[in-house]
Amino acid sequence: MSKVPNMPKSWREETKPHKFCPGCGHGLILKALGEAIDELGIQDRVVFGCDIGCSLLSWDFFNVDAVQTHHGRTTPVMTGIKRARPDRICIAYMGDGGGYAIGSGHLVNAAARNEKLTVILANNCNYGMTGGQMAPTSLPHMKTETTPYGRDPEVTGYPTQGPEMVAAITRESAYVARGTVANVRQLKNYIKKALQNQIDGTGFSFVEALSGCPTNWSTNAKDTWAFIEKGMTEYFKVGEIKDPAKKEA
Amino acid sequence: MTEKPIQGEKRVFMTGNEVVAWAALAADVDIMYGYPITPQNEVMHYWTRLSPKYGRGFLQTEDEISAGFTTCGGVLSGKRAFTATAGPGNMLMQESMTMAEMMRIPTVLVVQQRGGPSTATVIYSQQEVTMTCFGGNGEGLRIVYSTSTHQELFDYTIKSFNTAWKYRFPTFVLGDGYQAKMRESLYIYDPAAKGIVMEKTVPYLGQEGTPGVDREPQHLRNTYNTEEELNEQVNNLVAEYEKIAPEVIEYQTFNTDDADIVIIAHGVVTRAAQAAVKELRKQGVKAGHFRPVTLRPIAAKELKAVAGKAKKIIIAESAQGQLEKLVKDAIYGIATPLENYFRPGQGITSEELVDLVKKGM
Ligand SMILES: Cc1ncc(C[n+]2csc(CCOP(=O)(O)OP(=O)(O)O)c2C)c(N)n1
Ligand code: SF4
Repeated sequence: MSKVPNMPKSWREETKPHKFCPGCGHGLILKALGEAIDELGIQDRVVFGCDIGCSLLSWDFFNVDAVQTHHGRTTPVMTGIKRARPDRICIAYMGDGGGYAIGSGHLVNAAARNEKLTVILANNCNYGMTGGQMAPTSLPHMKTETTPYGRDPEVTGYPTQGPEMVAAITRESAYVARGTVANVRQLKNYIKKALQNQIDGTGFSFVEALSGCPTNWSTNAKDTWAFIEKGMTEYFKVGEIKDPAKKEA
Repeated sequence: MTEKPIQGEKRVFMTGNEVVAWAALAADVDIMYGYPITPQNEVMHYWTRLSPKYGRGFLQTEDEISAGFTTCGGVLSGKRAFTATAGPGNMLMQESMTMAEMMRIPTVLVVQQRGGPSTATVIYSQQEVTMTCFGGNGEGLRIVYSTSTHQELFDYTIKSFNTAWKYRFPTFVLGDGYQAKMRESLYIYDPAAKGIVMEKTVPYLGQEGTPGVDREPQHLRNTYNTEEELNEQVNNLVAEYEKIAPEVIEYQTFNTDDADIVIIAHGVVTRAAQAAVKELRKQGVKAGHFRPVTLRPIAAKELKAVAGKAKKIIIAESAQGQLEKLVKDAIYGIATPLENYFRPGQGITSEELVDLVKKGM
């Protein structure tokens, strides 16, 4: 008999192995999320929404009700559900293109309205699903399919600092953090606190996760991790930015 | 002056998206605005690689709403500007394209159709016909070329800039995912080498001189105050559109003179229809094919004449009746029986069409 590896209880075994590329960060983020759901005991109450981006591959990932929305539109779809069914725990899962480019207006306004919603965003510095174009988070001088000579910040701006932006427009009751797939235990704790913020009805919660896209970065395992741990953290500081539990966080 | 991207004429073997990028370069396009979406991505990929060598611009916007409106902005400032998209992106560009219709802004939009509704597939369909012809809260005052080969993608991408700037209506090149991703042989050329003169572009805004002193200021609007005022504006737009339509209309016929059965198809499906007619003729069947090249405006008079003579019409398309609506509208009043071959989101082969015709005999 083949042995099934240990996986979070809320994962759906029938859809494993998952469909992400080998070495992709999405799987690790969803592992942290699965464990957070398990530890909080909320599997029966979660409604999961995923964007169009590689996050769409998670539509049947968990044993929870889930909906695939449109590119950039997960935040409003989940907002609609939460407003109609406040007893549900609504999780919006998206990429950096979905959250910071096409869906940025939704993110800004959901945060400003302090929606009792949890947004989890995978930052992999590019558009994964469409084949590696520049994302708002692409690093300066980074070569992508639409910046073949390197991203010139004078022309296309500097990487979007998502959690910092969300923190700036939310009140003290919001939870905002940036984790990384390089530290899954910490990421899980951030996600747990974000979900708890929603469960308690405290306010909006947002976790960005630094993530890898070896396929479009064209990196081997070593370089993928080096990029996540060193390249990305030069611009994206890992840690909690806003925590209602700690007034001065 | 930097050197021309293409000297004279050259035989190449390329994907359709690469063809569009080369055509835009050859047409002296100043700037492209865009947002990633499959199957259009490589138009941008090639453009971003090639355009800096010729001093042309590019901006990746935050979404297609922005890509459409930045294109309007580029055109308003007198530049030859374009964007390219597909499916859900085409939906988001409808807003800006209605502004272009109302204000006669000669935008060019290349659409590589994918499956719908919603995100659906990234592969192929002909399901963006209605949207590309009539999307938005207006009357569909646009010009839409439906291409079928890579040569046409090149020819019509160049032509669309001239059509747009000559007539000042938003102009669309309607391709699809098969054309976008397939590789094919074609000739790319410098338009001048073929005697094609690019229409002069002029700024709507930002011309020389102090407004109110040296020249009248440009005050452009798209809002109207009363029903009558709007009605008059739309009537004027429609009248101008109808006046230019006969000049703009393009179509092709294949063996329609004595045809009993006429297949009507557009885009890549015309290739299946052309091959089917050849095969059916070999077998002694009097089959013909009518292909509208412009879907908007459509060659209604010519289509009606062909359809009226036939004993049967077959409409074949990779959608659920979007071409059929255009055709029915054009041939209203004709009693020829109509049959459909609808394959939304799926390709159509000549064998299928041959079988269909023979089964119906
Ligand atoms: C309106 C619209 N525009 C564009 C697309 C094409 N599209 C699909 S996924 C995607 C980008 C995904 O990138 P990101 O959100 O960063 O997620 P990732 O794939 O990197 O996880 C785009 C542009 C679309 N589906 N809909
Ligand atoms: S393309 Fe990148 S983000 Fe998408 S599944 Fe593959 S590695 Fe992950």
